[in-house]
Amino acid sequence: MFNGRLDLLQHIGANTLQRFRRLGRGSLFLFDVVVGCASLISRPGLLIKQLYSVGVQTLLIIVVAGLFVGMVMALQSYYALVDFGAEDSVGVMVALSLLRELGPVITALLFAGRAGSALTAEIGLMKATEQLSGMEMMAVNPMKRIIAPRFLAGFLSMPLLATIFSAVGVMGAYVVAVEFLGLDSGAFWSQPQNKVDLYLDIYNGIIKSVVFGFVATWIAVFEGYDCVPTSEGLGQATTRTVVHSSLAILFLDFVLTALMFAK
Amino acid sequence: MTSRKIEMMVGLFVVAAMAAFFMLAMSVSNMSSYSGGENYELIARFDNVGGLKVRSPVSAAGVKIGRITDIQYNSDTYEAEVSMEIDVKYDKFPVDTAASILTSGLLGEQYVGFEPGAEDEYLKAGDVIDLTQSALVLEQIIGQFLYSKADDEE
Repeated sequence: MFNGRLDLLQHIGANTLQRFRRLGRGSLFLFDVVVGCASLISRPGLLIKQLYSVGVQTLLIIVVAGLFVGMVMALQSYYALVDFGAEDSVGVMVALSLLRELGPVITALLFAGRAGSALTAEIGLMKATEQLSGMEMMAVNPMKRIIAPRFLAGFLSMPLLATIFSAVGVMGAYVVAVEFLGLDSGAFWSQPQNKVDLYLDIYNGIIKSVVFGFVATWIAVFEGYDCVPTSEGLGQATTRTVVHSSLAILFLDFVLTALMFAK
Repeated sequence: MTSRKIEMMVGLFVVAAMAAFFMLAMSVSNMSSYSGGENYELIARFDNVGGLKVRSPVSAAGVKIGRITDIQYNSDTYEAEVSMEIDVKYDKFPVDTAASILTSGLLGEQYVGFEPGAEDEYLKAGDVIDLTQSALVLEQIIGQFLYSKADDEE
C-alpha cells in the first residue's frame, strides 16, 4: 500500500519533469528556428514553396468557412435583433464579431487542423525515414533547410488568412442580410463604419492572428521534429498538434481579449 | 507544378489578403471617416452629456460635419466641456449657433446637433458654444412627469 503511494508520487514527478523537459526542448528549438529564419533571406524560393503549401492550399477551406460563418451570423443575429427593431445592426454585429473574435480564432483552428497537422506529419515522416539525419550527414542544416521555411510560412500566412476570412464573412453576411432578408444596404455598411475602429478592432484582430499563427506553427513543427520516429509516434504527434494548438489558441484568445478589449 | 505557377499562386494569395484588408479598412471600419481634410475645433459646454462618447458624430441638419474629440469635466463651472472637430468646409456657423445632444432613434447612439443662429459673425477655431441643450436623461424625465402628475391631482 505504502509502496503503491510512493509509486504514484514518482509517477507524478516523472510526468512533471518530462513535461518541463519538453517545454525546454521546445524553447531551444524555437530559438534555433528563429535564428534559421535569418538564412532564408538568401533563399526566398524555399519560403515561397512553403507559403504555397501552407497558405494557398489552406485558402479554400478558409474562404468556404468564412462565407458560411458570415451567412449564419447574419441569419441568427437578424432573428435576435428583429424583436427590438434593431435589424439594421446586423452589419455591425457581424463585422465586430468577425474582426475581433471569429476571424482570428476560427481561422487559427482550421489552420491548425489543415496546415499544422500536415506540417507535423511531413516533418515527422522525414524524421522517421531518416531524411533529416541524412541531411545532417551531408552537412545541410535541416533547421535552416526544412524547419525554418515552414515555420516562417505558417507565421506569415495566418494573418493573411484571417483577414481574408473576415472579409469573406462580411460579404457573406451582406448577401444574406441584403439579398435574402431585405435589409437596407446603406444601413448595413454605414453602421459598421460608425462603430468599427481601424486600430481597436481591425489591428487588434490582426495582432491576435499573428500570435495564433506563431503558436500554432511552432507547436506543429516542434511536434514533428520531436516525434517518436515510428508510425504510432507520428500519429500521436499529429493528434497532439491539433489538440495542443487548439487549446493554446482558445486560451491565448481569452488572454488577448482581456488585454485588448477589457476596460 | 512549375515554380512559376507556385510563385504566381503565392502572389495571388498575398494580393487577395491585401485586398481583403483594404476592403475591411475602407468599407467596414471608420477609416473613411478619418478624412484627410482640415478640421477646426469648437468647444461646447453642457450641463449633462448623457451617453455622449468620444468619436460620436456632430451633425447639422442631419448631415455629419465632424466628430467629438474630447469630453472633460470642468470643475470650475461644474459643466462638461466637449471638444469637437468640424470639417473646414463647414466654417459658417453663426456665433449664436445652438448645440444640443440628440439621440438617433429610440435607443440609438447620441450625437451633437447644431442649429445655426442668425448672427452675422461666424464661429472661429477654438470658440465656445454657450447655447446648449443637455442630453435627456430618462430618470429626470420620469421625475418631471411624476411631479407634474402630482401637481395635477392637487
